[in-house]
Amino acid sequence: MLIKKPEDIASSEITPQRVYLNRRTFMAGAAVAGAAVVAKHFLGEMSAPAETVHAATLNVAKRSPFSTSEKPTPKNDITSYNNYYEFSTDKYEPAKLAQSLKTRPWTVEVGGLVKTKKTFDIDYFLTKFPQEERVFRHRCVEGWSMVIPWVGFPLADFIKQLEPLSKAKYVKFTTKYDPSQMPGQHYGVLDWPYVEGLRIDEAMNPLATLATGLYGEELPKVDGAPIRLVVPWKYGFKSIKSIVKIEFGETQPTSTWSAAAPSEYGFYSNVNPNVDHPRWSQKKERRIGEFTKRDTLLFNGYGDQVASLYTGMDLKKYY
Amino acid sequence: MNLSAQQIRMLKVVVFVACLGPLFLLLWKAVHILPWISNIGFIASGADRWNLGANPIEVITRSTGKATLLFLLITLTITPARRLLELPWLVRFRRMLGLFAFFYASLHFLTYIWLDKFFDVHEMLVDIAKRKFITIGFTAFVLLIPLAITSTKGWIRRLGGKRWARLHQLTYVCAVLGVFHFWWLVKLDVRRPEKYAAVLAVLLAYRIVFWMMERAREARERAAIANSSTTIPQR
Repeated sequence: MLIKKPEDIASSEITPQRVYLNRRTFMAGAAVAGAAVVAKHFLGEMSAPAETVHAATLNVAKRSPFSTSEKPTPKNDITSYNNYYEFSTDKYEPAKLAQSLKTRPWTVEVGGLVKTKKTFDIDYFLTKFPQEERVFRHRCVEGWSMVIPWVGFPLADFIKQLEPLSKAKYVKFTTKYDPSQMPGQHYGVLDWPYVEGLRIDEAMNPLATLATGLYGEELPKVDGAPIRLVVPWKYGFKSIKSIVKIEFGETQPTSTWSAAAPSEYGFYSNVNPNVDHPRWSQKKERRIGEFTKRDTLLFNGYGDQVASLYTGMDLKKYY
Repeated sequence: MNLSAQQIRMLKVVVFVACLGPLFLLLWKAVHILPWISNIGFIASGADRWNLGANPIEVITRSTGKATLLFLLITLTITPARRLLELPWLVRFRRMLGLFAFFYASLHFLTYIWLDKFFDVHEMLVDIAKRKFITIGFTAFVLLIPLAITSTKGWIRRLGGKRWARLHQLTYVCAVLGVFHFWWLVKLDVRRPEKYAAVLAVLLAYRIVFWMMERAREARERAAIANSSTTIPQR
């Protein structure tokens, strides 16, 4: 008999329910999109349709005085172009692939040299701290930049509640690790999970932000939902996304990119036009949406707030 | 299979238009001929398939660079393909394909000097001297120039077939430099440059094997001639 008994069929050959359900979602999406094309054709309306995913509006209490008055980068660019290696090493694909990330339920575990060792629910961050709009410049180590209207609150406010021990000198952050939701983690291009760190005085700087939103709404998945770090005076990869763990320690943690290529990415990674990446210059940057390049500023223009953190340090050595 | 002169002429037009494909695709994206397609999430939510996306200059740089590598590899495929498939007329397309490689390399170079460096000669010289991926990319482009110039029938005659062929072996060097140029540019994920490198390795390996077999065959023939010349007087 050639007919296979059910137990002969490897489970790997059966379409997983997830894919099976995705197909339905796809068909539904195709139907909606088809209808949209027809509707557009008759209405003659050519503008972009609203995002199909309805992001919750956040209760934004105020605008941070640190906000820049520069023109924010359009939301469509912020949510379609970025690096999120947990999904893909391509900069356009995460917009699509990140939709598989489940951002609820979500918890952040706090541990290490700290009084309050506890696991916090995401709602704690959204309700306990007044959310403010923080419009910051964002400079990627690759040479492009944006102006991003984040919503969030100072990391320092959270750290103060936790009461780190006096021995704690560094804060280590870890991104979620789950290859079933983050397909890029199947490929060992980086040593997963993604880890980043700050010196504790850097973490206490009022510019260091825990971001929960963008453009007044909950953080889009592609931009590191539901909670991420934003350290605007450092290259973008320091601003770790989708955080699940925060630990306090005595020694400097090894951040993921500096483990992958120590000569190219240091622990500090402050934006600095005078220290080149070994393979390209950091003197200039292309602001997304602009044609010509602009000069990159030391500490991404936040020297007034952060330069004192590095007095006496050789920034060429501590890159 | 043999083609008449008429058929080859017609096929050349088809190939020429096809070779303009990457440029057309780029222009298509640039003018947003179908902007609404890109806005229908499920078709191209990456927004890169039908327009130039958030960073158009990066897309232009990448796609002209990839087209250059692609045409270099296709050009290098002609010789093995015509031998293995026994289609000698394929060689009639080699010059066109090679010149398209040069065409896209020129666009790629122009993008760099204009849209990336804005004609800042000092910065470019610093780049060429300091950044190895730019050094080799620039070298490859410079080496392509004499190949493009001497691609005409007149130059083949002037140089003589052997010297011309020797000069045009520089294509191998350009392709190797081009692949490394791509390899050293990417941050960590070398999966894409690896594919180009793998194809190039096969194409170059074919030539090495072919060259060794030719040498062996020549040696055998020489030996055969030598043998026969010594045996004749004895007969």
